[in-house]
Amino acid sequence: MADKGKTAEELAGKMRDISIAEFFEKNRHLLGFDNPAKALLMVVKEAVDNSLDAAEDARILPEIKVGVRVPREVFRVLLEDGTEFGRVTIENGNTVLTVGEEKTKPTEVKERDRERVFLFTLGETNYKFKIHRKEKEEVYEFVRGRTELKVSKIPADRFIVYVEDNGPGIVKENIPKVFGKLLYGSKFAGGKQGRGQQGIGISAALLYAQLTTGKPARIWSRISEKKPVYYYELRIDTTKNEPIILEEKALKEGIKEHGIRVELEIEGKYMQRFHSVEEYLKQTVVVNPFAKITYTDPEGNTTVIDRVVNELPAQSKSIKPHPHGVEMGMLERMSKLTISRTTSGFLTNDFCRVGPQTAEQVCKLAGIKPSSNPHELDHEKIERLWRTIKGFNFMKPPLDCLSPITEEKFSAGMKKMYKAEFIETVSRPTAVYRGSPFQIEVAIAYGGELPTNEPAKILRFANRVPLLYQAGSCATIKSIQKIDWRHYAIDTQGSMPFGPVVIAVHMASVWIPYVSEAKEAIDPYPEIIKEMRLALQEAARKLQRFLSGRRRAQEKKERQSLFEKYIPEAAEALAKLSDGDTANIKACLEKMLKKGNIIIETEEAKEEENKEEIETEAVDKDG
Amino acid sequence: MAEKNTESKKKLVDFGKGLVKQAEKGENPAMDVPIRTLSNVNYSQKTGMLSLGTKSSKRFFFNVAHVRKFVQTAEVAALAKELLTVDKSLSLRQAFYAIRRTIAGTNIDIVDDQVESNKALEDLELITDISREQLHINANKLGSIAGNVIIKDRGIGGKEILIDWSKQGSGGWSIPSRVEHLEFKKVDAKFVIYMEKAAMWERLNEDEIWDKLNCIIISSQGQATRGIRRLLQRLSTEEKLPIYILTDFDPWGFYIYSVIKTGSISLAHASERLAVPSARFLGLTADDIEKYALKKHIIRFKDVDLKRIDEISKYAWFKDKKEWQKQFELMKQMKGKVELDALISRGISFVSEKYLPEKLKSKDFLD
Repeated sequence: MADKGKTAEELAGKMRDISIAEFFEKNRHLLGFDNPAKALLMVVKEAVDNSLDAAEDARILPEIKVGVRVPREVFRVLLEDGTEFGRVTIENGNTVLTVGEEKTKPTEVKERDRERVFLFTLGETNYKFKIHRKEKEEVYEFVRGRTELKVSKIPADRFIVYVEDNGPGIVKENIPKVFGKLLYGSKFAGGKQGRGQQGIGISAALLYAQLTTGKPARIWSRISEKKPVYYYELRIDTTKNEPIILEEKALKEGIKEHGIRVELEIEGKYMQRFHSVEEYLKQTVVVNPFAKITYTDPEGNTTVIDRVVNELPAQSKSIKPHPHGVEMGMLERMSKLTISRTTSGFLTNDFCRVGPQTAEQVCKLAGIKPSSNPHELDHEKIERLWRTIKGFNFMKPPLDCLSPITEEKFSAGMKKMYKAEFIETVSRPTAVYRGSPFQIEVAIAYGGELPTNEPAKILRFANRVPLLYQAGSCATIKSIQKIDWRHYAIDTQGSMPFGPVVIAVHMASVWIPYVSEAKEAIDPYPEIIKEMRLALQEAARKLQRFLSGRRRAQEKKERQSLFEKYIPEAAEALAKLSDGDTANIKACLEKMLKKGNIIIETEEAKEEENKEEIETEAVDKDG
Repeated sequence: MAEKNTESKKKLVDFGKGLVKQAEKGENPAMDVPIRTLSNVNYSQKTGMLSLGTKSSKRFFFNVAHVRKFVQTAEVAALAKELLTVDKSLSLRQAFYAIRRTIAGTNIDIVDDQVESNKALEDLELITDISREQLHINANKLGSIAGNVIIKDRGIGGKEILIDWSKQGSGGWSIPSRVEHLEFKKVDAKFVIYMEKAAMWERLNEDEIWDKLNCIIISSQGQATRGIRRLLQRLSTEEKLPIYILTDFDPWGFYIYSVIKTGSISLAHASERLAVPSARFLGLTADDIEKYALKKHIIRFKDVDLKRIDEISKYAWFKDKKEWQKQFELMKQMKGKVELDALISRGISFVSEKYLPEKLKSKDFLD
């Protein structure tokens, strides 16, 4: 774990007694909620990550519905001189016209297929407001009496985000804590490759919603068809970091068999392209090709991305932390929380690759009695212990605890999302950085419908989660930049590849070293960079082979066609010259061409050309 | 003539049949093309002529680098065969148009410019050992002649007519592209002056120098055409007239002289019919420039000119000639050229009244 990444751990340690929730309230940027556009994406991401993890753990093929709705639409009505005449607000089905201080509800509402018409009367004047849907666009019309006024829609700044899955659901008793308490849950302290790591994500999203709109979170959960759907409306008590239950009831419907539905109302900004929800979901499917995701955007357009693989990834195994993987702060905290009564027992039981003998040896080297109570180790002793551990040669951690995407499935995911001519994936063997096993997988797609006139598209993933921000400081980008892509017949712009290329890099690890708690970029450890570079180079070599093969085939085709063009001409000339038969000569030449091996490709025996010949050409031009 | 046509035509047809036979056997059709570069040209001290060496290269149809030239050569061969069949002639330009076309449905032209068709014809001459004239393809006529000579030529419709080179007026008699059929009836002139500039010819013709010195004056523009070279050779060998050459003082002028005298590199195979080993260089020489104070008319050389001096001075037929090496050396020192026209600066008729008579009298020639 990176030094910078200590924040949450230390938060946990130091802030627990006060309130982690309160701290987050003031420092929400630390978790990636620093601006409205990013926040919207973070909410989706946290919920989707949880859904995928839950389904995977329960060995259920995930089916996730994601939607973003606009709860309130505001339209500005403008006078001819551009000043505001008034506003029309539509919120939860209620429409209000505001002119100055006066507000009025419509006297009549007419809804047709693609059209909504609202009629208002204010004083003596009648108003008509019409929303008409054309293809994907909406057209507005506002009439005061008989004069038409200009209308424009104010970009939405508030969204309802919902995510529904078909996972195992959460038992009734746990629902408030899972969603309404930060740092609750099994994920905290790691130990296993998973999407979330700190147990902060979804409750942070709840907190963000609460802070920006004041609206409670709405949760539906069902664990089996035989059980009811439990519905909760929750808030977080930020000073105590405890859930407040506003409403709690059992419903007969709402979720089909089992699963969770979360609905949050947040302040946000809806982005297109690179940082859009849609892009995030598409990328999610690339590395989770076993998931089916349905997305409904704010305009009501629904996209279904069906799964391409009907098999869940192998389950990743839990491992205890490797001694080299812990920071001092974590070691101290673990020593306080352990159930072991001796320091050697603590080392043996709470870490992997530490046997009783090794533990005693380490204690002795650190000058600590193996039998001393770990709860009573003071800061100085912990530091000595940590320094000893750092310099001690432990066995490498077990390497079979990870669950890679696998080349075949990565490839299937890429194929689903990109119509490319060539797709190659490479999975590296498991490697280790600072006591944590990790595995790098890359995919390269080329050609087909990929845009030729843009920089290559780079997809970054950590434990099957797309990373969309802070690309510049990410190990993935740094390793891509270390490669001279021109060696592999790929154009570059600056140090980045350019052209119809998609490069996807995935890191699977028990503990991904993120640059920050927002989990946006992978820290560029040399071991990680090296593995990424090797994987990229291997994939690039395969791409290069493909490209040169394609070029050769192309050249061969061109040569073939060159002779196809010349054969009729040659046949005719030779027939004339030899008093022969054009068709016969043509057939002979074509037969030879068909055989294919007759063409001389090299320029051997090319007639010498030198200065003299060029010179004498002029000389004999007239003679 | 007809007999010769038949013989040439048979050669062409056999050439074509050979290629077709290769195709029928499933072999890559190939033409044997003698190489026409300096590396395959020999200079014989004994004959004073260039001749083509034995090196040749195969031109294959199924070779990416050859196919275009192969088809061009086949095209000109087919054209020549047709011309011989109907007993008609075309100019080089017309021959270019006769084979020029775009292959249907492509953007490939059989030939892009006349240089390509000309080269294909030269190759055909070498492959078949038939001269271009015998293939009924001629260069544009170019060049004028005047002198005390009467010849017999063929008029329109093949009627024989006598032509007096002394009665051709200001334009002179224009030299045809083929001179084989001319007969020298009465030759009073004692020698021949060939000059590279048409303007100089006109000057000398106006001065009637051919009458005053009793010689023949001939010009073209730049390099002598094959027709002129053949005519010079016939005047030299049949009438035993000395041939003198007048060119600019620059490497290109010297090469014009060398082509007339020993033959050219790309037509080395035709030297025997074209070269005039007895030809002498009259001027301009470095000594002329000194003697007639022409230095102020020097035009500075460009890099390409200097490079050309180095090339030419190393040619076998110049290499061992001290006198010529001295000229090249002085030329390099002067760093510039002097054109024939510079002589006019000494007086309008200076060339005919002073320069030529003095040079001829003192036998101031280079060999």
